[in-house]
Amino acid sequence: MVDTGSRDTSAPEGMQGFVADWSAERRVFNVPWGKAMMWLFILSDIFIFACFLVGYMVLRMSTVEPWPDASEVFALTVGGQSIPLLLIAIMTFILISSSGTMALAVKYGYEKNRGMTTVLLLLTALLGTLFVGMQAFEWYILINDGVRPWGNPWGAAQFGAVFFLITGFHGTHVTIGVIFILIMAVKVMRGSLDSQRPGFLTGRKGRYEMVETLGLYWHFVDLVWVFIFAFFYLW
Amino acid sequence: MAEPGRESVSYAPAGEFDDMELSHPKTFLGKYIWSQDAKVIAIQYGITAMAIGVVALVLSILMRLQLGFPGTFALIDPGSYLQYVTMHGMIMVVYLLTALFLGGFGNYLIPLMCGARDMAFPYLNMLSYWFYLVAVLILVASFFVPGGASGAGWTLYPPQAISPGTPGIDGGILLMFISLMVFIAGFTMGGLNYIVTVLQARARGMTLMRMPLTIWGIFMATVMALLAFPALLVAVLMMLFDMLLGTSFFMPAMLTLGEQSGHEGGSPLLYQHLFWFFGHPEVYIVALPAFGIVSDILATHARKNIFGYRMMVWAIIIIAVLSFVVWAHHMFVSGMNPYFGFLFATTTLIIAVPTAIKVYNWVLTLWRGNIRMTVPMLFAIGFIFTFVNGGLSGLYLGNVTVDVPLADTYFVVGHFHMVMAVAPVLVVFGAIYHWYPKMTGRMLNDTLGKIHFWITFLGSYAIFYPMHFLGFAGVPRRYYAYGETGYIAESAQALNAFMSVAAIIVALTQLLFFFNLVWSYYRGRESGPNPWQATTLEWQTEHTPPRHGNFGETLPVVYRWAYDFSVPGAKQDYLPQNMPPEAVEYEDGGRGGGSAASPDEVRP
Ligand code: HEM
Ligand SMILES: [Cu+2]
Repeated sequence: MVDTGSRDTSAPEGMQGFVADWSAERRVFNVPWGKAMMWLFILSDIFIFACFLVGYMVLRMSTVEPWPDASEVFALTVGGQSIPLLLIAIMTFILISSSGTMALAVKYGYEKNRGMTTVLLLLTALLGTLFVGMQAFEWYILINDGVRPWGNPWGAAQFGAVFFLITGFHGTHVTIGVIFILIMAVKVMRGSLDSQRPGFLTGRKGRYEMVETLGLYWHFVDLVWVFIFAFFYLW
Repeated sequence: MAEPGRESVSYAPAGEFDDMELSHPKTFLGKYIWSQDAKVIAIQYGITAMAIGVVALVLSILMRLQLGFPGTFALIDPGSYLQYVTMHGMIMVVYLLTALFLGGFGNYLIPLMCGARDMAFPYLNMLSYWFYLVAVLILVASFFVPGGASGAGWTLYPPQAISPGTPGIDGGILLMFISLMVFIAGFTMGGLNYIVTVLQARARGMTLMRMPLTIWGIFMATVMALLAFPALLVAVLMMLFDMLLGTSFFMPAMLTLGEQSGHEGGSPLLYQHLFWFFGHPEVYIVALPAFGIVSDILATHARKNIFGYRMMVWAIIIIAVLSFVVWAHHMFVSGMNPYFGFLFATTTLIIAVPTAIKVYNWVLTLWRGNIRMTVPMLFAIGFIFTFVNGGLSGLYLGNVTVDVPLADTYFVVGHFHMVMAVAPVLVVFGAIYHWYPKMTGRMLNDTLGKIHFWITFLGSYAIFYPMHFLGFAGVPRRYYAYGETGYIAESAQALNAFMSVAAIIVALTQLLFFFNLVWSYYRGRESGPNPWQATTLEWQTEHTPPRHGNFGETLPVVYRWAYDFSVPGAKQDYLPQNMPPEAVEYEDGGRGGGSAASPDEVRP
């Protein structure tokens, strides 16, 4: 992006730099608009997930019935042996890895390496899909075990409710991310970003910064998973 | 980006933002219906909000008819009264005021006052409006489903909101939930736009501390909305699940109409916390834009700089931050721990400090000003009165011991109508009278405007002031009728009838206003570009109303703050923000130099 602002690049560091940014004319952050927007959206989304998690904590702490034991509920039986949290561990590993591939895609995007960017985006989407698929599998196991939004065999009815609601909400985020990553991959492959071709998602002008903006979303979704993982499976 | 032959402004001179991408529709539909121009979107928002506002107004009149003349109108039964209360409250707060201030005035004023060609993301902006329209339509549809609209009260408290016995649990409440979720999604799209535009797309020389207070108010309100609406979204989603899937987020085990409800262990208190974590900021989402707009109207029509500009900005910011830590003052009667109540009472009363600073500064702005009693000015002054009034009763209610007996009485109804109904609505009117000339190129009729003001202003006092007394007398809120009670004096009924007559008169007066809007559009006096001799950028556009792209060939460059009125020594009593220092003429014949009134005259 051409910097058309009047800001000189030798902005002061630290607190002074902060003040200089905020008292500048034209723009506060020296980033493309789309990126600034994504940060704000993420901030808003953080509040949504925070409300969900706080709600979950309140319900879990105020219920008088026992809360089902995560390490038993989420155990997977492999070869006749029950291994706690196996599936979740794999899922978490996959999602975190997808953050890595996404970061590489962004890097190759800025290097205008179309081939690598496309491959890495597709790989990210594949890992994301795998995650959603395993999540579906987990839901399937739990439903088979008798967990329902309105009750379960082991204790507080809220267990199923919050579990399905929060993992479902997160899974929706992942799914939407996968769809957008696929669209972006097609755009990169076609060279729409090099030619700044307008189109869906790229407004009137495609740019490689969009890969990074999408990446921000993806990393955020991964980060949220870490919190859900910690509060749901480790507590 | 130069696209010659389309529209004169699509040419982007050096120094334009690389990110800014205007769309250049050529068809009528593209220009006025599926428009991506913030000004058109603003008017779409404005008209939709006012239309649904009229519905809410009619509902309030129906309620007043019942309260003033109980039993006279067969069509109003207890159930439908509750539906009117609910829909009236929800529409007024969310679908009228929030949408009008942020979607309407925000869209119109942010790009113009910041000196941008348009919002940062025009396409998203357009979607935001269409989501809003769909949300409104869904809400309206809830009147027509079997069982009618929800009667849960605008707070939608569970368990009663979704339990048998409450009107509208068949479809009304469902549509209410869906409508709210669509509204929030739409609002988020718009809100991201407003913030990014303010932060990232200002004109050269427009620092944050030179922005008009209108923009500060709208900006901070939007930030708050983006952080507060998530709580409502989550609350609504969870209740939707309780209702449809039989989960028990909020629903405790209970017997309804002799039957086990099927829920167990949910926490209604959790809902209250979530709701008010949204609900309290919401009142400031409505108030902050009003604060900002009033500041600009006062300064412009008193020909004085706003008193204590920096203080005003910081007050807005502090209010915005504090209003996230006061929510439980709506829950003093929920049986909360007294220490908790004390904590929230304290934070609540602390907000009075920055708020009072603002009021003092408004009054000091007027002091010894060259006041022009124009219609916008009347409304702005009216706002100061009603706002102080409602603010003072708010201090009462902020104290736990006072609130406990007064909660859920008409004292509360009187309080919040003064502070968040009448006060912001007066500002809405003032703002429309103020900016209508820019939107249409014509002035609104002055005489009609003055009649409109006096009846609305005095009438509001006639409607809402007596409510405080009724509250003291113990008249409960959300009651269809209170029949014969030992403790409420009979004269209360006379007062009720009086308030209802006043309400009808005020409501009818609004017809005058709507007539004025339409009539002046065709017949009003031509206004010229800057009828109020204001300083802010929207008045300095090449065309009135501003065309696509807002400014002409080049974007304005800002040299001063928004309040250079009556600068000592200068010939003209106002200096537009984009007037360079060397263009300023002085009485002693000199030219150029800085202005004495701008504390931060910096050349870009
Ligand atoms: C002529 C103007 C208005 C009249 C006559 C009016 C009248 C009323 C009445 C009679 C009630 C019901 C009181 C009860 O039974 O508890 C009410 C409730 C309410 N009004 Fe208004 N109102 C007006 C304007 C507004 C405006 C502009 C707002 C915008 C904030 C507003 C917000 C509310 C709210 C939030 C409630 C509470 C609803 C609830 O209890 O669930 N009103 N109003
Ligand atoms: Cu409050």
